[in-house]
Formats: sequence, C-alpha cells, structure tokens
Amino acid sequence: MFKKITTPLDEQLIQELKAGDRVLISGIIYAARDAAHKKMTDALAAGEDLPFDINGQVIYYAGPCPPKPGMVAGPFGPTTSGRMDRYTPALLDQGLKGMIGKGLRDAAVIDGMRKHKAVYFAAIGGIGALIASTIKSLRTVAYEELGAEALVELQVEDFPAIVAIDCTGRDLYDSEPPKYIGKFEECINEEKVLL
Amino acid sequence: MREMDVAIIREWVKKLFMHANYYLCDDIMKKLLAYRKVEVSDIGREVLDKILENARLAAESEIAICQDTGISVVFIEFGQEVHFTGGSLEEAINAGVREAYAEGYLRKSVVRDPLNRVNTGDNTPAVVHYSMVPGEKVKLQVMPKGFGSENMSAVKMLKPADGVDGVVEFVVETVRKAGSNPCPPIIVGVGIGGTMEKAAFLSKKALLRRLDSQNRDGYYANLEQTLLKKINNLGIGPQGLGGITTALAVNIETYPTHFAGLPVAVNITCHASRHEEVEI
Ligand code: SF4
Repeated sequence: MFKKITTPLDEQLIQELKAGDRVLISGIIYAARDAAHKKMTDALAAGEDLPFDINGQVIYYAGPCPPKPGMVAGPFGPTTSGRMDRYTPALLDQGLKGMIGKGLRDAAVIDGMRKHKAVYFAAIGGIGALIASTIKSLRTVAYEELGAEALVELQVEDFPAIVAIDCTGRDLYDSEPPKYIGKFEECINEEKVLL
Repeated sequence: MREMDVAIIREWVKKLFMHANYYLCDDIMKKLLAYRKVEVSDIGREVLDKILENARLAAESEIAICQDTGISVVFIEFGQEVHFTGGSLEEAINAGVREAYAEGYLRKSVVRDPLNRVNTGDNTPAVVHYSMVPGEKVKLQVMPKGFGSENMSAVKMLKPADGVDGVVEFVVETVRKAGSNPCPPIIVGVGIGGTMEKAAFLSKKALLRRLDSQNRDGYYANLEQTLLKKINNLGIGPQGLGGITTALAVNIETYPTHFAGLPVAVNITCHASRHEEVEI
C-alpha cells in the first residue's frame, strides 16, 4: 500500500511517483515556511548562495512547536503550501525536486514542476504530534532568529504523505473531489449520528 | 458580592490552554469515528485514521495535537456580583496565556503589529471577549484558534429579501472556496443577525457548542442539518482530497437584527478544534 521512498529524490523515482500514491518518506528534508522562503528568494535575487545545496532536495512547509525535554521535535505538521507559491518557481529553477505541504498549488508552480520534473506531496494537516514521531534528528541550518520559522534540516523516518501533484502535473486536488459530489446523502442512510 | 483574586483566573487560563491543546474533545472524536465508518474514499478513510491516531499520541505524550496552537481566544462571562481583586483581569489572562505557551511547549504565533510583523514571543496578547450576566459565577472558555481555518472565514451583509436561501448559498460557497485550506474535516460556525461584528462574534461562539448538540430552535436545528448535507455533498472530503467527510457539524447561533439587514458570518475551524471551559 505505502511506497517507501528516500531522499534526495532520484530522477527515476520521481518519474515513477503518480498522483494518489501513498508514500513513507525517509532521509533528509528541509523545513521552511513563509519568512525563510522570503529570505531564500531575496538571497537568490541578490546573487547570493542559498544556505543549503538545494539540488535534488525536498522542502517541507512547516513551523513546529518547541520540543518537550527528551523529544527530538515538537508537533510539526504541514502548513498551507499556497502561501509559498510565489517563491517556488525560483527554487525549482535551482534544482528543488520535492515539496511537502497541504493544499493547492498555482499554475506557475505546476508548470515549473513539469519543466524540472518535481513532485508535490500532501502531508495531513493537523497531525503534528504523529509527524513529530517520525523525526529522528533536527538541526537549524539558517535564520535562527525566525524562531519557529527558521530553516531546519530534518532527518525523518517513514514520514507519511500522499503524492498530490506528480511530475506530469496530474493533480489529486482536481481529480478526486468531483468523484464524491452528491455522494454524502447516498452514503449516510440511517447513520443519523452524522447529522 | 463575591471577591475573586485574578490569580485564580490566571491559573485556569493556563491550565485550560494546555489541556485544550493536548486533548481532542470527545465529541469531535466521536464524530470522527462515526464518519470513519461511512467514508467512501480510501484516502479519506486513511486520513481519518491518521487524525485519530494523532489524537491518541498527543494525549499520551501530552503534546499539542497540531503545531498551530493558535491565537489565544478567551471568552469570560462574569456575574455582576463578582469583584476581581489582585490586579488587572486582562493582565492576569495574558499571564496565563504566557505561562501556558512557555511551560506547555506550544508554538508562539502572534505578531505585535499586523503590518510590521514582529513576533511577541509569548503568544500574547489574547483576544478577550467579556460579558456580564446576573449572579456571582465566572465562566471561562478558551480557544486556541488556528489560522489555516480562520483565514477561510467570512462575513456578508445580506439583504432581508435574500432570506434563508441567501444564507445557505453564502455558507456553502464559503466552505467550497475554502477547499483544502482549513484542513477538512471542518466544523462550521454560523452567526446570523445582530450587526456585522455581532454576527462574527456569534459565529465564533457557535464553535464552542458541542457537535452533538443542536440549535434550541427547531427551525435553526433543521437549517444546521440542511447545511451539513449540502456541505458534505460538495465532495471536498478529508484534507480536500475527496470524500463525504468535509464537515463534522454546522452550529448556528442567531440574534435579533435591524429590519433593513441580514448579517451572516461563517467561522470555520478544523478537526483540531480546540476549546475548554470551566465555571468557577
Ligand atoms: S487548520 Fe487546524 S489542523 Fe490545520 S494546521 Fe491549522 S490548526 Fe492545524
């Protein structure tokens, strides 16, 4: 059912991943959200290097809670990816191959994904505690001053996600919901507890 | 006259915010299980399973269900016979929030100024709603409110002639537009009547009501069910990846309004809808 995959994503794997595949991701991923994205794209615009080698890497849109003593990471679920759309094409140009977040991406991002063969994974929003349990180590790479928004390198093991948009641009957010329009009333029958 | 030291409020605010963040409410848990049984989308069922597993894990380790531990919303309803002593009530509430977010390992998500966005570092100030009632009790309700769902909320000033159809259309359209952003399954709070801000207030209050309860007025209880059916027929499903579990409940609250208007507000919250209350 679940495909185990490891990062950095190699080209053959990216080609194989299809929208709808359930995956368990292991390896290094980089957590960054709004403020870190702004800093990274500002750096690129100024002709500076990014704080990490982004080639082949995966960025996870997330900003955690602080960890409790004895835990590697605090709750660490995904944030809304759409807010990162405007920064993303420039990062895809630099070799970014995977993104993890929640929700839709815009046309420019999907075009960039097709062009550079990249994949977008949906993580489940609101399961930060469970996701934290898949994080085996954590290291702040840059922008420490941003607190929960710093750029952080995570080593994850079996991080659960779903391929939401594959490298051909097939988008689960487009293809799935229409299948269930009008289905609720058919399904509930006597399940009054739902109402 | 009853005297109450604000230190008591501070302690409760702290306790309630920590508790609310760690433990998913039992009424939400029950709804999730019920929908898990009937959800027809495979991905939808898997998502619901993970949400339930996450809730158990968070409770076990006493860590936050979701990393967006929200802006801190507090409703305090106090009897007019109560006299608060020991300092400022609002400062006591903020001190409780500060302690909860520091000692509870919760994320600090509040910025001091909406445009010049610098984090306050302790999740204060809280958004506090005061109300006064007869008697000498104090009712405290807290709600760490995540913004993935708050951002998808909306207010509209309908015309009286738009009537119930206008309300239904606006609510369903707001949820449709929200799509995957508020982390469905969601809970939909609807405020109808009053003024613009009163409708918004009611829509948030509606989110504090249990999911297995109904509006006391049969007409609005029916409207809650009509809306829920329409919303779950949209196909959005868990996480917006398709299915019949888009909303777990629709709660409506109403208030008298001006004869020239029909204010409606929709406040959306996610499956990680966290709130706690106490009567002191
Ligand atoms: S919408 Fe709710 S579940 Fe989703 S990230 Fe925000 S608080 Fe968490």
